[in-house]
Amino acid sequence: MVLEASERKRLQDMARRNRERIVEITEKCGGGHVGGALSQTDILVALYYKYMKIDPKNPNWPERDRFVLSKGHGGIGYAALLGDLGYFNREDLKDFNKMHSPFGMHLDCLKVRGVDASTGSLGHGLGIAVGMAIGARLQGMKWHTYCLVGDGECNEGSIWEAAMSASHYKLSNLITIVDRNGFMMDGPTEQVMALEPFADKWRAFGFKVLEINGHDFDQISDAIEQSLAEKETPVVIIAKTVKGKGVDFMENKASWHYAVLDSEMATKALESIRKG
Amino acid sequence: MAVTKGITWTIDDGGNMTQAEIFGEVLTKLGEKNKKIVALTADLAGTSKIGKFQKRFPERFFNFGIAENNMFAAASGLAAVGMLPVVSTFAVFASLRSAEFVRTDICYEKRNVKIIGTHSGTSFGQGGTTHHCTEDLGVMRTFPYMTVIAPADSYETAKAVVAAFETDLPVYIRIGRSFETPLHKNMDFDFEIGKAITLHEGTDVTVIVAGRTAQGALKAAEIAKRNGISLRVLDMHTIKPIDEAAIMQAVKDTRRIITVEDHNVIGGLGSAVAEVIARNGRTCAMRCLGLQDEFSIVGYPNELLHFYKLDVDGILEKVQELLKVEIG
Repeated sequence: MVLEASERKRLQDMARRNRERIVEITEKCGGGHVGGALSQTDILVALYYKYMKIDPKNPNWPERDRFVLSKGHGGIGYAALLGDLGYFNREDLKDFNKMHSPFGMHLDCLKVRGVDASTGSLGHGLGIAVGMAIGARLQGMKWHTYCLVGDGECNEGSIWEAAMSASHYKLSNLITIVDRNGFMMDGPTEQVMALEPFADKWRAFGFKVLEINGHDFDQISDAIEQSLAEKETPVVIIAKTVKGKGVDFMENKASWHYAVLDSEMATKALESIRKG
Repeated sequence: MAVTKGITWTIDDGGNMTQAEIFGEVLTKLGEKNKKIVALTADLAGTSKIGKFQKRFPERFFNFGIAENNMFAAASGLAAVGMLPVVSTFAVFASLRSAEFVRTDICYEKRNVKIIGTHSGTSFGQGGTTHHCTEDLGVMRTFPYMTVIAPADSYETAKAVVAAFETDLPVYIRIGRSFETPLHKNMDFDFEIGKAITLHEGTDVTVIVAGRTAQGALKAAEIAKRNGISLRVLDMHTIKPIDEAAIMQAVKDTRRIITVEDHNVIGGLGSAVAEVIARNGRTCAMRCLGLQDEFSIVGYPNELLHFYKLDVDGILEKVQELLKVEIG
C-alpha cells in the first residue's frame, strides 16, 4: 500500500515530534528508556494518528479502541504522544519522574488519562489485551484491542500463554505488534536468549504473521489494514525496528536502552532527529 | 453495583455441600441476574466447581488451560472493559504462582475481579506440600485494595460470595477442598465483610479462628464449658479488613488470645491479630496455632489438623497452657 505523500509526511512529522519530546523529557527527568521509546515511535504514531478510534477529550469512551503498551518501559514516548494528542496538558510532563507526579517511567492507568493498563512488568500486557478482546466480543462491541509487545519481552512464558489463548479463542479483534528492535538490556536478543525463528513461533501458535519495516509508514499502514480485515485468527505484526531510531549515536546500541542525557547530548540528539 | 440486590433465594442444602460446590451454585445464581459475570479457570472447572457456571452459561465461561498467569492478566482486561470476572483455581496457584499478576494487573489497576482459591491450607491433605497453601493469607493481605475472606463452612461461603459482589474492589476468598461440617444450621445469620461472628461467648480465653479451624474451636468451647472454663470463639472470616473492635474487646474481656489457622503462623490470621493488639498497646497473653514456619506433610485433611494441633485437642491443650500464664 502506498500512502499519499501528504499523509506520509504528516505521520513523519508527528513521529519526529514524538522523538524530540522523548529526548526533551529524558533530559529533564534524569533518565529514561530512550532506546526502546525511539524504536516504537512510528508504530505508535500510525496507530494513534491514523487508525485508532479515540477521543482524547473523553478518554473513557466505551467504544474506543484499546491500546496496551505491554513493553511498559516505552512509557516515556507513550506519555509524550498522549500529551500531544490532548489527553492532558503536555506541560505536566515537565514533572516526569518527580515526587507525586502522575508520570513515572512506567505509566499508571489510574493516574494518566488515556492509558488503558498499568504496564511495566514484562509479560503481562498481552494477557490483559486478551481479556479486553474477549470482553469486546462478549459485549458485541466492534472496537479493536492493540497490544505493543517488546521483542525481549517475548522471553516471558506468559506471552506465549497469552498467544495460545488468543489463538484458541480466535481473537481476530486483537492486533499484536512486536517492536523487534533486536536488543534487550544485556545485549542483542539473539545473544541473551535467542528468539529466532521468531515468525515461525507465532505461526506455530496460530497467528497470522506480517513482517514489516517498523519505520516505514506505508508498510505499517498496510499491515494494520490487513489486520483489521482479518476475521478468523489473531494477527501479529513483527515490526523490524532500530533501537534508538532517529538519533545517530544511539542507533542499534544496547547501552542506550536506558540513558541519562545532559544538555549537550540532548542538543546533539535533537539535531540528529531534525536532520532526519 | 447491584449484582446482589434483591436476592430472594437461600441455600437450603448448604449442610450437604462442599464450599466449592456452594460457590459454584451461588455463582450460577448470580450469573442469572447479572450478564456481566464471566467465569475463568485454568483446567480446574470440575474440581473448583466453577464448572456449574460453565454448564449454565457456556458462552460466559473461559478455560485458560494450565496457564494461570495469563488467566489473571485476562481477568484484569475483562474487568477493564466492564465485565465482572470470577477466577477460580487452587489457592497455591492464585496466591503464589500468579501473585505478581494478581498484585499488578488486578490490585494495582483496582480491577473488580473476584478470586476463589480452593484447596487452601492443608485441606488437600494427600496432595502434599506442592498442592497445599499455607501462605495465601499472608501474600494476599499485603496487596492494597484486596479484601481477604476465609469462610468457615458452606453457608458462610455462600454469604461470602454474595458479599464479594457488593464491592467494586478485588476480593480473595479462600476455601477448602472437601466437605466441612457445617458451623451454621442454615443461612439465617448475619455475615458482613470485616465483622467477626461470635460463635461462642466466653470470658476466660478468646479463640480466634478462620476457615476450617472454626469447628474444632467451637467443640473446644463446649468441652471447656463443662470443665468450668469459659471460651469466647470469634469467627474472623475476614482477615482483611480485620475486625479490630472485636479483637480489642476480646483482649479487654479475656486478656488471653489464641489464634488458630490452617496456614503458616507467619503472615496470616495470627499475625493480623497480633498487629492489631500491638498497635493498641493493651497487654495480653497470646499464642498462635498454625504451621510453625514449616512445610506441611502428606496426610488426610483431618489428621493433619490434629497433627498441627489445630483441632479440638490442640486448642484445649493451648487453652490450658495459656491459663497458666500470669498477665502483668
